[in-house]
Parts: sequence; C-alpha cells; structure tokens
Amino acid sequence: MNAFHFFIEYSIVGIASGGVYALIALGIVVIFKSSQTFNFAMGEMMMLSAYLFYTAAVTFSLGILAGMVAALLGSIVLALVIERVALRPMMGRPFIAIVMVTFGIGSIIRGVVGMIWGPNDLQIPAILARTPVLIGDFFIPGKTARAAAIAVCIVLALILYLRYSRAGVALRAAAADTITAASMGIDVRRVVAFTWVIAAITGCISGVLMANVNTLTPHLGVVALNVLAVIILGGMNSIGGVLVAGVIIGWLEAVTGLILGTEFREITPYILALLVLLVRPTGLFGSRGIERI
Amino acid sequence: MLTVEDVQLSFGGVKALSGVSVEAAKGRITAVIGPNGAGKTSLFNVISGFYKPQSGRVVLDGEDITRLKPHARAYRGMSRTFQNIALFSGMTVLDNVKLGAHTRLTGGVLSSGLRLPSSRREEAELDAEIRRDVLGMLELDRVQNSHVEDLPYGLQKRVELARALVMRPKILLLDEPVAGMNREEKREMGRFVTDVRDRLNTTVLLIEHDMGMVMGISDHIVVLSFGKPIASGTPERIRQDPDVIKAYLGGAEDAADDKAA
Amino acid sequence: MVSDVEAPVRGTTSSGLSRQRLLMAAGLVVLLALPLFVPRYWVFFAGLLGINIIATHGLNIMMGYTGLLSLGHAAFLGVGAYTVALAQIHLGLPFWLAIPLAGVSAAIVGVGFGLPSLRIRGLYLVIATLAAQFILNFVFVHWQSVTNGDVGLTVQPASVFGFPLNNETRVYYLILAVTVFMTVFGMNVINSRVGRAFVAIRERDLTAQVLGVEIVGYKLIAFALGSFYAGIAGGLLAYFNRFVNPEQFGLLLSVFFLSAVIVGGMGSMLGAVLGAVFMTLLPEALREGALAVGTTIGFDMATILVPLRETVFGLLIVCFLILEPRGLAHLWKRLRQRSHHPGG
Ligand SMILES: Nc1ncnc2c1ncn2[C@@H]1O[C@H](COP(=O)(O)OP(=O)(O)OP(=O)(O)O)[C@@H](O)[C@H]1O
Ligand SMILES: [Mg+2]
Repeated sequence: MNAFHFFIEYSIVGIASGGVYALIALGIVVIFKSSQTFNFAMGEMMMLSAYLFYTAAVTFSLGILAGMVAALLGSIVLALVIERVALRPMMGRPFIAIVMVTFGIGSIIRGVVGMIWGPNDLQIPAILARTPVLIGDFFIPGKTARAAAIAVCIVLALILYLRYSRAGVALRAAAADTITAASMGIDVRRVVAFTWVIAAITGCISGVLMANVNTLTPHLGVVALNVLAVIILGGMNSIGGVLVAGVIIGWLEAVTGLILGTEFREITPYILALLVLLVRPTGLFGSRGIERI
Repeated sequence: MLTVEDVQLSFGGVKALSGVSVEAAKGRITAVIGPNGAGKTSLFNVISGFYKPQSGRVVLDGEDITRLKPHARAYRGMSRTFQNIALFSGMTVLDNVKLGAHTRLTGGVLSSGLRLPSSRREEAELDAEIRRDVLGMLELDRVQNSHVEDLPYGLQKRVELARALVMRPKILLLDEPVAGMNREEKREMGRFVTDVRDRLNTTVLLIEHDMGMVMGISDHIVVLSFGKPIASGTPERIRQDPDVIKAYLGGAEDAADDKAA
Repeated sequence: MVSDVEAPVRGTTSSGLSRQRLLMAAGLVVLLALPLFVPRYWVFFAGLLGINIIATHGLNIMMGYTGLLSLGHAAFLGVGAYTVALAQIHLGLPFWLAIPLAGVSAAIVGVGFGLPSLRIRGLYLVIATLAAQFILNFVFVHWQSVTNGDVGLTVQPASVFGFPLNNETRVYYLILAVTVFMTVFGMNVINSRVGRAFVAIRERDLTAQVLGVEIVGYKLIAFALGSFYAGIAGGLLAYFNRFVNPEQFGLLLSVFFLSAVIVGGMGSMLGAVLGAVFMTLLPEALREGALAVGTTIGFDMATILVPLRETVFGLLIVCFLILEPRGLAHLWKRLRQRSHHPGG
C-alpha cells in the first residue's frame, strides 16, 4: 500500500469525522443567526450532554433509547436556562462581553462536570457497530462511518426543517432584521430560545456520537472551539456553510495527524486560522460591508 | 482651501453622490443643504475619508487627499462633528475635549508612562489652554468634570464642537450642529460657529436643515438633491432659486421641520 | 462598553491630592514592613499577589481600556517565564536584564499573533488569542530540546549584587518593586494621550479616527503593552516558583485573569488591583472552605478542587458581567461615596 493510498484513506476518514463537526457547526450558526452570539460554550454543552447520556443509560440503567431521550431533554432544559438566565440579560451589550459570558458558561460546565464525573475516561454503551466500511479499497472504521451517516442525516433534516418550517422562516426573518421581524409579529426572543433548543439537540447528538467514536472525557468538547474558529474565520454564517466548516476541520485533523503526528491535530485549526488571517484578513468568504456612519 | 471635485459615490445600486463639486473658501462658512437623503452626510464621509468615492478628488490646501485615511486627514487639519452625537460617554467632558488634541500632542507610551518632563509639560499646557480658551468660549467651564452622558443634549453638542476645535483645525465640518435644539440653544450655537470663523479664522463646512441658521450665518451655500448639486451661491441667491424652491417643496420642507422640531 | 474610566487626578483639590499622596506613602511603608510582622506564608502570598496584579494590569489595558479581548493571556506569561529560564540557563543573564527581556519577548510574540487580526474588527482577535493559547502551550510541551517538555526547567534564584533572592521574603521585595513600578507606569499611560486613545478606540473607533487616532497602531500598542505586562509577570513567576513548566500556563490561568479583570472592573486601574487580590485569595478561600466542608461530611474534597475553581471562575465572570459590569471598583467607589455623605 503506498503513501498516496494512505493519504486518501485518511482524508476519507477525516471527512467522515467532519460530519459530526458539521452538526456542531449547525448548533453554533443558528444561535449566531438569531442573536449575533457566538456560543463559546458549545463544546461544553456537547460534553455535558454526553455525560447526561452516560448517567441515564448506565448509572440509572435506562438503556440506550431512554437514555438518549433523557439526555436530549436534559440538554434542552439546560440550554433554555442558559439562554434565559445568562444571555437574555446581555442583549444589546458589546459583543465581547457576550463572548465572555458564553466563555464563562463553558468554564462553569467544565468545572461542574469535573466535580461530578471526575477527570477519568468513561466507557459509554456502544451505539454504533464496529464493523469497518469499505469504499472501493478504502477502509473506514465502522464507528466513524456510522456516526458520520447519522450526523449528516440529522444535519440535512434540520436544514430542510429550517428551510420550510414556520420556525425556520421566523428565524430567517429575525436574522435579516430584528426590528422588521418584530413588527411582523415575530417574537424574536422566542426565536432565540428556539435556536438554543436546536443547538442543544445538535450538541447532544454530536456529543454522544463523539463519545462513541472516541471515549467520554471532559475534553470531548474541545473540538467545538476549533469548529467555532473555522466558522468565525470563514464568515460562514450561512446554514449551508456549516457542512464546509465541518468537513474542513475533519479533513485537516486527519491529514495533519497522518503527516505531522497526532499531537498536532489539536492545533492545526489554529495554525490554519492564523494563516488565513494573514492572507485574507476579512476571512475566507467574508466581504467587508460599508458601515453606515 | 478645501475642494471636492466631481465626486461619484454609490452603494451597490444606490447613487448617493453623482458629480458633486464643492468649494469651501478659506475663513468662510459654506453650507451644504438639501432634503433628507440628498447625500450630505455621505459627502462629509467622503471628505473625512470614511467612504471611498468611485471617482473624483478631494483636495485640501492643494494636496490631493482622496486616498488618505481619516486619521491622516486629521493630522492635516481636518476636524468634524457627527449628525448623531459621537462623544465618548464614559469619559468626562474634559477628557473628551482633550482627545480632540490628539494630533497636537506627541507623548508616547514611554514618555507618558515614565512621566518624562516633555509629556508632563505638554499635558499641563493643554489643560491650561483648554480651560482658558475652549471651555470658556463655549461656556462649558462648569461642567468640565461631569460625565458627558449626564449632560443635556444641547450641551453634548457643544462638547462635541469643543472637541473638534481643540484640534485647531484648518477646516471644520459640522453635520447638523443644531438638530434637536431649542431656539435659544440654536441661537447660541450659531453665535459659536460665527465666533469660530471670526476669531480663529477657521474654514467651516456646515450641513444644516435649519434654514434660519443657514441663511443667517453662511457666506456661501451649496444645494444637493438626490446626490446632485442643483444650485450654489450666496444666501440671497439661493433663497430665490426656483430649482431649490422646487426641491424643497417636493416634501422636504416638512422633513426639515420634523428634524428641527 | 459600560465601564468606569477614572477621572484624572487633576480634578481633585490640592489638599485632596496631598492626602492621596500621604495615603499612598503610608501604604508603601506598610508593604515594605510587611515581612516583619506577618507569617511567612502571607509573604509568599503577597508575592504571588504582586505577580497577579501585574498580569491583570496587562489584560486590563488590552481588554478593559482598549476593548481587545484576549483568551491567551496565560500563554504570554508563559513566554515571559520561559524567556527568563532560558536566558539564565544559556546566557547567564541577571534578573534585571532577564525580566525586561521577558516582557519584550512576550510583547513580540503577542504582536506576532495579534497583528493579522488587529487590522480588522470583530472576533478575529479572540480566535487569534485562543490560537496563541493553544499553540504556545503546544510549543512549551513539545519543543522538548528547548523547553524540556512536561518536566520543565529549573530556575536559579535572582541575585542582587551576589545576594540571592532565595526565600519568599527576599523575592517579595523584588516583586513589590516591580509591581509598584508597573502600576504607576500603567496609571501614567492611562491618564495620557495614549490612554485616552485606547478608550476612544474601545468606545467609538470611527470617531477616534476623526480625531487623528491611528486605530491599528494604537491597538498594536495596547496589545504589545498588555503582553509586555504578561511577560514581566511571567518572568517574575519564574523566579518566584524557581521552575517553569507548561502546566502553569494553561487555559485555566487565562480564565483566571479574565475573571480578575471582569470582577475588578474593566477599564479601571483600581479594579485590576482589586480583581487580582480577590482572585488570588479566592482559590485559597475555596480550598480552606472545601476542605473544611469535606472533613465534616467525610468526603475528600482535594480531588475536586481544580474543577471547583473552574466553576467558580466561570460563575464570577458570568455574574459580574450581568449584574455589575463595572466590577468591584464601582462597588468600592459607591461605598466610599456613601461613607462621605452619610444618609445621602
Ligand atoms: N453606508 C451606506 N450604505 C448604503 N447606503 C447608504 C450608506 N450611507 C448612505 N447611504 C444612502 O445614501 C443616500 C444619502 O444618504 P445621506 O446620509 O448622505 O443623506 P443626508 O443628506 O445626510 O440625509 P439627512 O438629511 O437625512 O441626514 C441615502 O439614500 C442613504 O440611504
Ligand atoms: Mg445626514
């Protein structure tokens, strides 16, 4: 087997992992669209959801299905509480203050999870089959492939839902212009809360999938920061752009892992981020609007 | 002094300025008037460097400054106020005004951090000068240590003028300096602006909807409508110009009154 | 940003001014005599406090005054600390050269990370500083041949004319001197043309430009200055701990300084000091409290101290931002006003 073959195989695996990242990206982007808030706590929400699943499914032995439902409900309630208690009072405040609030929330969740579940890895019940998938003569680990399939299905379903449902229309209206949306009878605050629910759902599913592919650790959510970096950089506040963001991160991680060594995986997105900033200061796809003075 | 030559500016499809030329003569007050949306503020933004015109030039004292950044224009003696008050709300009046002197001071991190004599001296001199000349002239002495957000609207406008003046500008752009003021405040502001011209010999470019003020203090008037210059001349000429009357009868008079109210 | 920019001292009357001078002189005497009458552990603590004050000043200059959010402050401290260690090991530099060098190298590294994103508005700087945090930490861990990896480097005590600062009291005096100097320096900068430009950029960058403030230049200055402070603090930390390793400069420390600035009050020099004091005492109080609770309920709290800290830091950030964005400095001022006008 030659190096090129390896490269392609890693690339495919990376792109497959990108499916889960796209799910994370979707959660980040919807919140941004509704309220111009970049949620730096997305990774921690994800991680907490995975722990909730573990607790429901294993500790309380509810099994996989009921465990998943419990985790989803728990995540949604938590997201609504965060939105209501911490973010709504910050409306209209400078954006760096809002970023810091979400960053602080992330810190709280990390701490609470550390206190409750401790720093060690946990094994969650296997949801995904291990049997590898063959595409041509490329080998993809079974869990990664299946996680990607599930994630992509959910991403597509959510995109369709946001495109055609009333809630989706309200979201787009609010994203375009809050004042006009409000005058059309759209309750912008409910739209914002709705996007937090979406983020909770995507976070929960991606968290559980990632805990399945790897293991359940308090560091599970770190990847969300990478996704966030790519989104901000790409100026990708379009819901379609999330797929791109996810795939880029996934592919990069896999390929740098192969070429430079696995320890480089976690910093690659940031090196890329800095390079992009050097070359294209307005982000990859962002255009600079002329501000009204 | 300042010449704007044949400036074109559009935002996407909207033509904000098409073929606008304006000349502000030295030591004179030149007014730019026109209905809402005529492009007056856009013109100021071109002059101060926030908008890049698609074509045309801005010339200050014989130097083409069309490509210069806003801060570089400040260093060449251009100062302005904004249609919506743009003060630094957390700061005191005195600090706001001192910011206006940024281009005149030289202190850097080291010299001010170590309080070298040079930086101490220039700060002290500035303080004294502001107290003596600017605050007195604009009757702001009593409020100098208040936070600007605590001041009434009319005073805030005056602080903004003070800040623009401390720069000792060669040319001063005023965007609707009396909007939202009562009659008394308007009269005072008119007096301040003519004072600036007469005592400091500063060239003034003025946007204003209040016709009383414009006709009262301007030396020269330029009228814009839909981004095009439709007339220019002395206040007497403009008052009688049929095109101007038509442009204003097209509904803009009410708008102007709205603004003034 | 809502914040409280201190009015220049010149606004006070001359008797108020001399009273203030007197108070400051008295405070300085107390600080100088401190090791004579408090337990050694407190002296150790005061040293740590000084280092944290310097670092918090740095973040406050960037974030509080200029509005440049940095999530990588700890990494810049790391650059300073490693600079001191390496300068000592390889060049044999004395502390009075090594510490300024630590500041300068942190400033250079900081500007390297910040420069591309300082040119534009928005969250790019947040990403760039996060990148600095992760990438620098990665370098500390993985550039084995220079940093000695996870084990880290040992630092010899600083020495003054051959007199080693090898216990907490001696190093305390070094830290005290540097802290006082950096605080006064910072106050002077803030009350100058440069400081006014910082605040102008934070509040209205377009207006700042009209007044002649070159935004990118001043953002760079603020960022370099803030990183310089971080580097100085990191350099002192190296002499204080006498070892340097990557673990000291993780994301948690960046969150620590973020909390200190927010809790103290963004855009206030007094706030930075109050915030640093509060945040330095907090982990100790938490530990004492948690251990006490632990012994009564028979649970080993030591295992959860780190996550407990993380939780509390986060809570402080969120609560202060929502409830008291002007921080302890504002509370302090209100308290003093009330005591000056009783019943008013
Ligand atoms: N940044 C911008 N982006 C898009 N369009 C703009 C921008 N700035 C101004 N315009 C448009 O340019 C035109 C002129 O606006 P401008 O603000 O210059 O008018 P004005 O004469 O100052 O009006 P007013 O008297 O109401 O202040 C308007 O149609 C406005 O919508
Ligand atoms: Mg206008």
